[in-house]
Amino acid sequence: MAAEAKVDPMHQFVIEPLFGSNNWAIAGHNIAFTNSALWMALSTLALVIFVSGGLRREVIPGRWQMAVESFTGFIDAMLATNVGPNGKKYVPYVFSLFMFILFANFIGLMPLGLVGIHPFTFTSHFTATGVLSLLSFGIVLVVGFAKHKLHFFSLFVPHGTPVAMIVPIFFVEVISFLVRPFSLGLRLFVAMMAGHVLLEVLSSFVITGGNAGPVLFAVAGLPSFLLMVGICALEILVAGIQAYVFALLTCVYLNDAENLH
Amino acid sequence: MPQISQLADTYFSQIFWMLVFFGLTFVIVGRGMVPQVVSTMTERNQRIGQDLAAAEAARNAAEAEQESWDEAEAAQRANAHALIAEAKHKASLATQASLAEATARIEAQVTSAEARIIAARNAALGEFETVAAEIAQDITQRVAGLAVSTDDARSAVKGPFAHG
Repeated sequence: MAAEAKVDPMHQFVIEPLFGSNNWAIAGHNIAFTNSALWMALSTLALVIFVSGGLRREVIPGRWQMAVESFTGFIDAMLATNVGPNGKKYVPYVFSLFMFILFANFIGLMPLGLVGIHPFTFTSHFTATGVLSLLSFGIVLVVGFAKHKLHFFSLFVPHGTPVAMIVPIFFVEVISFLVRPFSLGLRLFVAMMAGHVLLEVLSSFVITGGNAGPVLFAVAGLPSFLLMVGICALEILVAGIQAYVFALLTCVYLNDAENLH
Repeated sequence: MPQISQLADTYFSQIFWMLVFFGLTFVIVGRGMVPQVVSTMTERNQRIGQDLAAAEAARNAAEAEQESWDEAEAAQRANAHALIAEAKHKASLATQASLAEATARIEAQVTSAEARIIAARNAALGEFETVAAEIAQDITQRVAGLAVSTDDARSAVKGPFAHG
């Protein structure tokens, strides 16, 4: 191992089929059960276990039930402030979205490599985050057009727009609207990938510095290691913030669809 | 960058499993569990609200009770004061009446006693006159040998008595 000290910071994002599922396919498309899919499954499992602790339905909640209720209360409040009373019906979706991303981000950060299991952060793949952002965007479109019919297009002409400016503003607004699913998905993917790459690069400094002798270890390895500790804390924060931003922006977009403006 | 270099090979699997597992999450957690958690919270909040309302109502009732009790107490106190004042008034009136009666009785007794004394004194004085007249008659008889009539003796004696 020490002989091959080169660390590839991108290797952690490589998708590999597991359990010989290479050739699984639906209608000619490959649906191999990959390491990415495995960690999606584990996130779902962890989330199910976590939320099932909130099902005791006691009047005086225990610690676990309290934790689950604080999350549902958080999402409930977020929808209430951003969408209003109409937002109540989106609680299941936004809660699933927020918690799924949060658990994926957190599980991807767990130091399970110490016991030989390498967590895979599937939120660092835009193919995964894109699905979620397109889902949110799709819901906004469906709700918007179902509720306001073609009047939904008035979303693209803000109040008080001078008549001469209506056409250019309309195009600008349409473009900014259509960019939403991309910005939503890319933001999460970039944030997660950047953090993981940074940690990997710093860890490669620690390893190569350590292999190059005590002086270089003291000059480069040790500071990098200390920096890693700090950045790990930052990444935990980012994991939460990105899940929050994703859920919050979904709420804001849902507000457009529900209430126009 | 595996996200791009593996895109063609993996995109369908990624999207497929993402839909599968996010769908499972949505169905099991979002649709199955979250409404129960939320309803538990709603029920609890309602119960807390009801309990608070009940406590508020109980407090108001207690305050009203206290107020009416205070009023009743004040009324009874005033009533008692009135009774006491009336009783005092009556008692003083009765005292005055019996005092006046006693005073009158005593006055009457004193007056009659005085009258009796005056009568007794007058009677005694009359007796003196008679006795003095008899003595004077007797003395004149013995000393001067004169027989003075009773009436003359009496009128002679009367002068000094009238000034006595």
